[in-house]
Amino acid sequence: MTEERVPTGGEKLVQCLEREGVEYIFGLSGGAAMPIFDALVDSPIKLILTRHEQGAVHMADGYARSTGRPGVALVTSGPGATNAVTGLLTANMDSVPIIVITGQCVTSMLGKDGFQEADVTGITYAVVKHSYMARSAEDIPRITREAFHISTTGRPGPVLLDIPKDLSQGPCHAPFEDEVNLPGYTVPGHGDPEDIEAAAALLSESKRPILLTGHGVVISGAGKAVINLAERMSAPIVTTLLGKGGVDETHPLHLGMLGMHGTAYANMAIDHADLIMSIGSRWDDRITGKLDEFCLGAKKIHVDIDKAEFNKMVVPDVCIAGDARLVTEDLFPLIETNERAEWIETVSKWRQKYPLKYSKQGGLKAQWVLDRLNAITEGQAIITTDVGQHQMWAAQFCRVRGNRNWLSSGGAGTMGYGFPAAIGAAFARPGESVWAVVGDGGFQMTLSELATAAIHKLPVKCLIINNNYLGMVRQWQELFFDNRLSGVDLEGNPDFVKLAQAYGILGLRIKRAADVDRILERAHAYNEGPCVVVAEVSKGDNVFPMIPSGSPISSMIIEKPKEKLEKPTGST
Amino acid sequence: MSSQARHSANAASLPIQGIHTISLFVRDEPGVLVRVALVFSRRGYNIESMVVSPAAQSGFSRMTMTCSGDSSILEQMIKQLEKLVDVVHAIDHTHDDAYETEIALIKIKCDGSQRPEVLQIAEHFGAKVVDYGSQSVMIRVYGSSEKLDAMQALLSQFEVAEVVRSGKILMARGVETT
Repeated sequence: MTEERVPTGGEKLVQCLEREGVEYIFGLSGGAAMPIFDALVDSPIKLILTRHEQGAVHMADGYARSTGRPGVALVTSGPGATNAVTGLLTANMDSVPIIVITGQCVTSMLGKDGFQEADVTGITYAVVKHSYMARSAEDIPRITREAFHISTTGRPGPVLLDIPKDLSQGPCHAPFEDEVNLPGYTVPGHGDPEDIEAAAALLSESKRPILLTGHGVVISGAGKAVINLAERMSAPIVTTLLGKGGVDETHPLHLGMLGMHGTAYANMAIDHADLIMSIGSRWDDRITGKLDEFCLGAKKIHVDIDKAEFNKMVVPDVCIAGDARLVTEDLFPLIETNERAEWIETVSKWRQKYPLKYSKQGGLKAQWVLDRLNAITEGQAIITTDVGQHQMWAAQFCRVRGNRNWLSSGGAGTMGYGFPAAIGAAFARPGESVWAVVGDGGFQMTLSELATAAIHKLPVKCLIINNNYLGMVRQWQELFFDNRLSGVDLEGNPDFVKLAQAYGILGLRIKRAADVDRILERAHAYNEGPCVVVAEVSKGDNVFPMIPSGSPISSMIIEKPKEKLEKPTGST
Repeated sequence: MSSQARHSANAASLPIQGIHTISLFVRDEPGVLVRVALVFSRRGYNIESMVVSPAAQSGFSRMTMTCSGDSSILEQMIKQLEKLVDVVHAIDHTHDDAYETEIALIKIKCDGSQRPEVLQIAEHFGAKVVDYGSQSVMIRVYGSSEKLDAMQALLSQFEVAEVVRSGKILMARGVETT
């Protein structure tokens, strides 16, 4: 009879991850994390080696957003960990459940500036939902279980596990943990029945209600419940950037995205509503514009799983703390069928009168490319974006039909997010069409992950909207800074088709509007590996509609203004 | 409040600065102090005093803090504190009927001619002389923060060498939770 060997802390950690159902770990190795990487050799968990830690964390994020299951990234101490910080911020701002494991120097060297030491818990306090540094190898099973519980429940978010190397290398005797004991942590579920009744009364009285759906609808899977409620009470639906896909955007009551670059009709509808029910949205400044003029005539209901969001931006008439799906379902039986024909008629007139439009003259239009992408993928692809003009155009023209099919860095606005997030989504949902829509600026921040996609022959498509500019900033400089361009010209961009080829990846180029369908269809059908499509779009196009930041919704600009605009007062 | 008046609260209204007393019941975990402090600093609050001590239950701590900042965001800040995994509860006691106390140690440099008046002031405030030297006296006083302020003001006519105050602690009266 052989005596059972005591596992190392690293082995125990990996076994804990297996028990949590982890399929993939996205990571980049290094000295302080070596015992954990060593333990992965014998584990069924598949390690995806990335080329930069930021890519690893965004891949874990893409995995998580596209499935609802936690994504895991593993990096080393010091610079490995600091490279992960942008990914933590991105996930924290957008409530994404990821676990980031960082190696740490040995405990005897902590605080003594050991090689590759960084006070990672200290650096990351402000960008995590919670964090742990293991003080003893025996902590590992408990903190790992707590990390997954905290990350995935309530309002999800990133949790950091910092594991000193002597602990991952030394023995761990502690048993696996199933229960968590967190007296300071509660998870709301159903809302308070009194709040729900108060909300139902407001909804019933309302003549012009609107449902504002945020990321909470996606996270809780409330899409069907929202449609049922909207249909019963004849309320149009608008979505935030992160709420896209939570409710099928092709539903007749859906007006698309609202806010700074939302559709004109979505913004007009919310501006004229007498009741706004926000479900899982935090009234972001991109939505409200000038806060003290935001929809003053409308009553407001705020459904959120995070009580700390109540009264932060707007002061609602009714707040309901709970899960978006459960609260919406509980509201449904309290609402009577109401056709609200006049309101629906008004909204559909706006939709006809102020459609999304763009000039078809003067070169290849990004809007046209994205409009066609939406048509060719039938709104069924998983779409990730980077940040900037292409992101807003994609949000306007890609009418997402499936939940968890729209992955975009909203709160943090992280350039470089889109491509690695698409890789994470492609691992998570094999067999599905995954498109990263990126700009030439953001793509170059994480393009080293082309190697990661190539080596795994992942059929992820990267559509680069190349205008050779940091286009959104250029747009602001044109509109608000007398077109004094500063730091936006991306002269020196590589030939992205040749770049793809250098990685052994299929590279395709779209130069003219007439090429768009043929090349997008070719890429769509290509499943042997990754594919880069470069759309060489016209340089000077702007995103409209636009509500200048810090302005009320009523000051929305639908097309390029003739006269000079005042500098916006809101933040960015 | 009419709904119109309520909605005007959307406005970034002019901040009303106030002093608040907040009590926290927290898990005794590494980093909890930093997490709490970050919530205050991020919202522009200044922590005037903070007392951390073990709670009756092992594994938990008490924090009592006085802080100053925009009163209109206090409610939201309390919720952000409660959201921290290690914070079991956070309560604003600013307007509560709670028993409050604080201790101060005050060192006065004084020679024999000034000493009788210093001792008289100390006696008046029920303070105790805890160190008696040829060139200085150390006085210990406890009571409400206002009382300590008043005594400190009276002593300022002498050469006050050092003041160390514990910071306010409080406990809710009756069966209310602190």
